[in-house]
Amino acid sequence: MTTTHEPTQEATREAASSRSVADSQPGHFGPYGGRFVPEALMAALDELEVAFDSAVADPQFARQLADLERDYTGRPSPLTRAHRFGAECGGARIYLKREDLNHTGSHKINNVLGQALLTTRMGKDRIIAETGAGQHGVASATAAALLGLECVVYMGREDTERQALNVTRMELLGATVVPVDTGTRTLKDAINEAMRDWVTNVDSTHYLLGTVTGPAPFPRIVRHFHSVIGRETREQILEIEGRLPDAAIACVGGGSNAMGLFAGFIDDPGVLLVGYEAGGEGVDSGRHAARFAMGAPGVLHGARTYVMQDEWGQTVPSHSISAGLDYPGVGPEHAWLHDTGRARYEAITDAEAMEAFALLSRTEGIIPAIETAHALAGAMRLGRELGPDAVIVINLSGRGDKDVQTAAQWFGMQGDQ
Amino acid sequence: MNPRTAALFADARAESRAALIGYLPAGFPTIDASVALIDEMLAGGVDLVEVGLPYSDPLMDGVAIQDAVQIALSEGTTTEDVLSIVERISLSDSQAAVVMSYWNPIERFGLQSFVDRLAAAGGSGVITPDLTPEEAGPWIAATDSNDIDRTFLVAPSSTDARIQTVAEACTGFVYAASTMGVTGARDQVSNAAPTLVERVRERTTAPIGVGLGVSSADQAAGIAGYADGVIVGSAFVRRILDAGDLAAARASVRAFAEELAEGVRRPVDRIPVTAN
Repeated sequence: MTTTHEPTQEATREAASSRSVADSQPGHFGPYGGRFVPEALMAALDELEVAFDSAVADPQFARQLADLERDYTGRPSPLTRAHRFGAECGGARIYLKREDLNHTGSHKINNVLGQALLTTRMGKDRIIAETGAGQHGVASATAAALLGLECVVYMGREDTERQALNVTRMELLGATVVPVDTGTRTLKDAINEAMRDWVTNVDSTHYLLGTVTGPAPFPRIVRHFHSVIGRETREQILEIEGRLPDAAIACVGGGSNAMGLFAGFIDDPGVLLVGYEAGGEGVDSGRHAARFAMGAPGVLHGARTYVMQDEWGQTVPSHSISAGLDYPGVGPEHAWLHDTGRARYEAITDAEAMEAFALLSRTEGIIPAIETAHALAGAMRLGRELGPDAVIVINLSGRGDKDVQTAAQWFGMQGDQ
Repeated sequence: MNPRTAALFADARAESRAALIGYLPAGFPTIDASVALIDEMLAGGVDLVEVGLPYSDPLMDGVAIQDAVQIALSEGTTTEDVLSIVERISLSDSQAAVVMSYWNPIERFGLQSFVDRLAAAGGSGVITPDLTPEEAGPWIAATDSNDIDRTFLVAPSSTDARIQTVAEACTGFVYAASTMGVTGARDQVSNAAPTLVERVRERTTAPIGVGLGVSSADQAAGIAGYADGVIVGSAFVRRILDAGDLAAARASVRAFAEELAEGVRRPVDRIPVTAN
């Protein structure tokens, strides 16, 4: 167990968070990442990279973003000690980073505000986004309304059905939601469709990618805008506990909330980083989204990373009870953290996640998103492993309002009409 | 350049016309039918055929090719099948076949095995729409070991510096995407195409093919005025999707190939090609 008491070196850390852990080549994380895209998009990716680097170096941009984070998102988000839930985690000292309390109900707003400001900086007036659970779509529609941008959200038909509430929210916010009927009709196909739109309308349009996947520079940009999560958490836990945590954990779909949290602790070797991916009906069932457990390195959506694929390199459909984790790829930096051993990744089944979902609701009065419930189930496992002296921070990445129907069905409750 | 491909473009140049390049996905609508349909294209006057390797996430393709690819994949078409189709089609000495594939299936198959097997099957090259020269180090090594040409794409948005990089990395023809967008027949081919071809021409002596959106003999004739190859894909696929049965599809593909072959031969004010 670590007992490091080091002062926060804000400036250094901020600089570190905007570069990759292992830039063997720009835009790469070891062998992962890169740009595997149609040539037509290369100019836009270069433009985005230049705009991002100049924005990061511009104090006025930083101020603009910090003001929005404080006055609009409601940052900093609290770090809540979960006493009763902790008792179910081997008695470990559990802390919840409350990204669920952000405006729009999840961590997604952090990245969206940053990229929406970048969009106006690039002189573009239209954003497009993909969404799985709908959280990123809602956040994008919100930022578009705030900044007066046109917004089109691509969402797999299956996801529009299981997350109908979020479709309505996006429409109320003035966005156009386009259901995607190709392929598996989930997040993967929504990304394909967003890419097709982008390549056609790239002059006027920014693709506001919602997670740390995709071609460079997206993984670096999205991590940067979420690194506020890790930065705040680090300060808060040092203040409360007087030391760094033993573990920082999060669920991993594409991996943006995990990357945001990890960014605060990546240079602290004593802090164990764990990501929890969707084990679906079990990693041996064939119905899961366990890229690290069952996938292999390959190329998907513009980057080399771990991909669920068959022997011919065709993407294999993923499955998870949570739309936000139901994706056959993962952010390339996670692939590198996995291979180097800096972070570890474990699968959590639908059933384990739903048990944790119910448990947090009843012990802490917090209904989490089902995505987040995978990290909570991870805490129950990890807490027992590390014991009662352990300090574990969990990124409570989103609230569960959108999931009540799914939960009611799962638990056979009366609310299931 | 692969000798077969080089001869094909040299012949077209000697005849003051553009080469006709046709695309169809392997395994669409079935493996055997795709062999028959590609043979109709070749018999109708297609000089170079692009055999598409069906991929689950074709993010550069429009609706017609997405539908065709989905059919090919549900038929169980694999990379092995693609290679066997290349082997089975009937190429004359003045015709060539290349494979068009998104990157992951090739990487999964193994770069060197893919190149070796394709050469053995009689293929001449590979077009990789989502692989840029920056990520292509191992691919360049593998293709250099054999007579398999590499074709990368340029787009209207490519800077001059990128056009230079891409043109230098190509060993086969250079694929100029006429429009910013996905594949699919359009009424008009973007006016960005002539400018793009001119910019490429300033940087390479390699033949330049123009694709994306070509759907008629008139369009083909227009493009033949400034490019070395006219690439038609979705419009062939659309004809097959709309045909009632295989016999109708074969007749329609054959007739369309003949129309296009006339188009690329139509006397036009060819912009003289100055090799530099």
